[in-house]
Amino acid sequence: MTEAFIYDHVRTPRGRGKPDGSLHTITAVDLAAQTLGAIKSRNGFGAEDVDDIVWGTVMPLGEQGQVLPRMASMMAGYGEYTGAVQVNRFCASGLEACNLAAAQVMSGQAQMTIGGGVEMMSRVMMGSDGGAYMIDPQVATTLHAVPQGISADLLASLYGYSREDVDSYAVASHQRAAHAWTNGYFDNSVIPVVDVNGVTVLERDETVRGNTTVEALAKLKPSFEKLGRDLGFDSVAIQKYPQVEKIVHLHHAGNSSGVVDGSGAVLIGSREAGERLGLKPRARIRSWATLGTDPTIMLIGPSFAAEKALANAGMSASDIDLWELNEAFAAVVLRFMEVLDVPHDRINVNGGAIAMGHPMGATGAMVLGTVLDELERREMGTALTTLCIGGGMGIATIIERV
Amino acid sequence: MLDCQIDDNGIATLTLDMPDRSMNVINKAVFDAIVQQIDAHAANPDVKGFIVTSGKPAFAAGADVSELDRLGDPDVPVERIYELSDIAAAAHRRMETCGKPVVAAINGTALGGGYELCLAAHHRIVADDPGIQIGLPEVSLGLLPGGGGTQRLARMLGIKPALDLLIDGTRLAPAAALAAGLVDEVEPAGDLLAAARRWLSGADARAVQPWDDPAWRLPGGGPFTAAGMQTMVGANALVQARTWHNYPAPVAILSCVFEGVQVPFDAGIEIERRYFTQLVRSVEARNIIRSTFVNKRAADKLVRRPEGIEKMPTRKLGILGAGLMGSGIGYVAARAGIDVVLLDTDLARAEKGKAYSARILDKQVARGNMQAEDADATLARIAPTTAYEDLADCDLVIEAVTEDRAIKARVTGLTEAQIDAGAVFASNTSTLPITGLAEASERPENFIGMHFFSPVEKMPLVEIIVGDRTSDRSIAKALDFVQQVRKTPIVVNDSRGFYTSRVVAKYIHEGCHLLAEGVEPALIENAARLAGMPVGPLNLVDETKIDLAYHIIDQSRTDMGDAYKLSKAEDVIVRMYDLGRWGKLSGKGFYDYPEGGGKHLWPGLAEEYPPAENQPDVEEVKMRLLYSMAVDTARLLEENVLTDPADADIGAIYGFGYPRHTGGPISLIDMVGCESFVADCRRLADAHGERFAPPEMLARMAAENRSFYGSQPGQGKG
Repeated sequence: MTEAFIYDHVRTPRGRGKPDGSLHTITAVDLAAQTLGAIKSRNGFGAEDVDDIVWGTVMPLGEQGQVLPRMASMMAGYGEYTGAVQVNRFCASGLEACNLAAAQVMSGQAQMTIGGGVEMMSRVMMGSDGGAYMIDPQVATTLHAVPQGISADLLASLYGYSREDVDSYAVASHQRAAHAWTNGYFDNSVIPVVDVNGVTVLERDETVRGNTTVEALAKLKPSFEKLGRDLGFDSVAIQKYPQVEKIVHLHHAGNSSGVVDGSGAVLIGSREAGERLGLKPRARIRSWATLGTDPTIMLIGPSFAAEKALANAGMSASDIDLWELNEAFAAVVLRFMEVLDVPHDRINVNGGAIAMGHPMGATGAMVLGTVLDELERREMGTALTTLCIGGGMGIATIIERV
Repeated sequence: MLDCQIDDNGIATLTLDMPDRSMNVINKAVFDAIVQQIDAHAANPDVKGFIVTSGKPAFAAGADVSELDRLGDPDVPVERIYELSDIAAAAHRRMETCGKPVVAAINGTALGGGYELCLAAHHRIVADDPGIQIGLPEVSLGLLPGGGGTQRLARMLGIKPALDLLIDGTRLAPAAALAAGLVDEVEPAGDLLAAARRWLSGADARAVQPWDDPAWRLPGGGPFTAAGMQTMVGANALVQARTWHNYPAPVAILSCVFEGVQVPFDAGIEIERRYFTQLVRSVEARNIIRSTFVNKRAADKLVRRPEGIEKMPTRKLGILGAGLMGSGIGYVAARAGIDVVLLDTDLARAEKGKAYSARILDKQVARGNMQAEDADATLARIAPTTAYEDLADCDLVIEAVTEDRAIKARVTGLTEAQIDAGAVFASNTSTLPITGLAEASERPENFIGMHFFSPVEKMPLVEIIVGDRTSDRSIAKALDFVQQVRKTPIVVNDSRGFYTSRVVAKYIHEGCHLLAEGVEPALIENAARLAGMPVGPLNLVDETKIDLAYHIIDQSRTDMGDAYKLSKAEDVIVRMYDLGRWGKLSGKGFYDYPEGGGKHLWPGLAEEYPPAENQPDVEEVKMRLLYSMAVDTARLLEENVLTDPADADIGAIYGFGYPRHTGGPISLIDMVGCESFVADCRRLADAHGERFAPPEMLARMAAENRSFYGSQPGQGKG
């Protein structure tokens, strides 16, 4: 089987996903085009050097509808030759896009590909695509569907995490992200977003608060208490987890992933295609895996997906130098560390979505690139990137430096 | 059946008046008659429009439930139900698309299929009688309105208001029905038909339903608008939170509305037909209909009343003891127009008992449910006293004094010295055998048990206990009284705890057994709710007082001495008693009751009963809780304490909240099949103790492949 290598990656800074966010005035197709344009110009592609673009977007409607990367690539100056496909695996769409891009290379059907994604959460609201999961009564009642925040609080209740546990984790995420920015760890990969005149509108992640404290977070009210108690979702969850007497609501805006705008792209190709372009491979994609777990607790997929990806690679957890788990909610990471016995100083070492936000379609590609940068900085070998996914799925990808 | 009169102005009045029935029920004959009349007159240019009304006091109560029950038989093919649904749909459709305006003149209660007929009219006018009820209550029978009700209501009101009414099965009085949009006008009863004629002759008369107008849009928007999504997500969760996944009807209603409003009207009708058929064939609907409709109605009509004894309505009731029970019984009797003598040892207490009624009546008046004069008249019927002489002309006396044999014996004697030799004396004891109490009576044939439940004004059941010497005449008298106060009776033979108290104790004890075995208390309590019980066993014993449960055990220990061996469950009760955790009233029991609310399981339980490493599957816990009661109920049938499966099921559902979807403990055995039930009980008996050992009768029934109610066994799930 052909090997797939990562040659480069870029991402935009993440803007607050609200009308006052700095990226709110940029269209989704423009943001994607700026990302695709940056990776193109850094690597000097010709008109027919990239076979396909696999692109994640979780709300593919309105301006994010149709096959956005097809328009974005041409707007970014790619040739007509380069194809594009849009994928949706909820929060893992960005990493799924990278895996599918790699799969094209590994199967020998494409030579050079791009995996990535875009999500303008300030412009296309989360949940605006409708769908059957929470809305169709047959589906919602059969699957005990609950909003993710209830799942996160169920997870914390089931494994006994306290408010202080989750808030402490969140503070670390902010401190680590701030530290990484201060020390320039992200400088090589984050591209400034500009307006039509080339004036920069955002060059740093907008939601990082390096000075936040557990005391400050303690003042925030749990976000899902009313939903759980008054709308009945706590009961729906407990009916699936009857060993839980009561859902303790711990998660809030400060210890959950932020709603942001952003885009990221990863350049993936075969050794020969890289040589043709004069590019140096930075990492090999060793293996990946996806799977599903119970949709009600929803967020426990990562450890199972990680184990499956490790098995696919013939590796064990001790072979992994750095871990990157999307910080959907603090409890997700706490549980993952517990299950796989991962120390805190080896996971999300430069912060995560609690500090910097989670532009759903793009995050997977962003964190894959972030952990590669950090492997290089620390001169380490292997990393595992994983995300929890709506509907109870999990995904994991293992890379190793070459 | 459906009389048609056409007046000089060309208004055709169709009056539904089914022969040989006190009430119109909606069935195929009605639909045929409607289509026939519409066909006969719709094309007549002289006919301006139709009025649909009823010749009975009620407009129409709904479909024939027994017929629906028969249709649910698994032997009836799905297509047969589809065909019947099509007949209903076609008749409704014929009405609303006949080209002439149709107005429903709702002269009386219109529920279910009766109201669905009104929905197919273009305009609805109801008489202003506050006793009239309007609505679609099918959900309470485990069904949904299958005559277009879900589709027309949703299109008329919008998703959210329609779901609120359909899922609760709300019945509304005329004024509220007008506010909710179920009717268009409320008019004085005497003016109803004139109002209907006025509408037909007026400028607003239209012959097209809103949903048949091409410009029509669903009020409030469809399910994938922002508001619609919010409604659906919320309703989906709330239905689960309320039903614990035991009742398919509310979910089917949600789906009818959700799916139906996204497609054209006729496609919506087809969707409704599918879900309706699914429910008609569901074991849950069949169980609910059998126990809470067919058998309950028979009980309400006193099916258990001995034959050949003339009606003996109680004129004047004596009540001994003005505590919670006595006061409650006094209230329901006074409401039924019976004079009440409320006797206690101390006049202040007797007065307090009367004040209990005053409080309830005040609330009713304040809520607008009762006229002040009615409330005053009711209260005036209650005469508090301390004098036994005042009981002299009572034809029924119910004692509700402390559960103490000596006290009960004394008041029996004092009463019998005053009352007529033909008067009946009833004890409201909840556990003490009646035959023993009757030993204090000069006239044991007139002595009977009448076990009311607390709070009496809310709880619908009365358990009649027949002592060894109780006469048929006394049974008839007691039953007549139960009917007067509009409660549902069951009749059981004498035994310690009779039926309900004995069996509900098995539930509590099973909860304690599970706890003692190291099952997580949250799992016990949630499994109980998942099984369909209204409260978990630990919660229940907290409510009913652990000290009371302890005293019952202590009494048995005293009675039987060293021979009495405590079960593991009784050990738990004794331990909680010794810890001073006596239940909710004491502020602590299996639960903690912090001030300001928010009760939660006592964390100390983990030290008293450390949770086992391996927890049982929740299905196993559910089975143990439900089967512990079911197997003991079967035992009571074998012991002839219960003589009729219907009494067992009604008593369990209305007495202690046995899940309605199972139809009661005996219906549950039929549902899972005797053979399978016996096999499970044997397995449980081996694993957990003889309390699960199935009685011989069940083993015999299993061997002979018999069931209690004669329907096919083993068709449902456990």
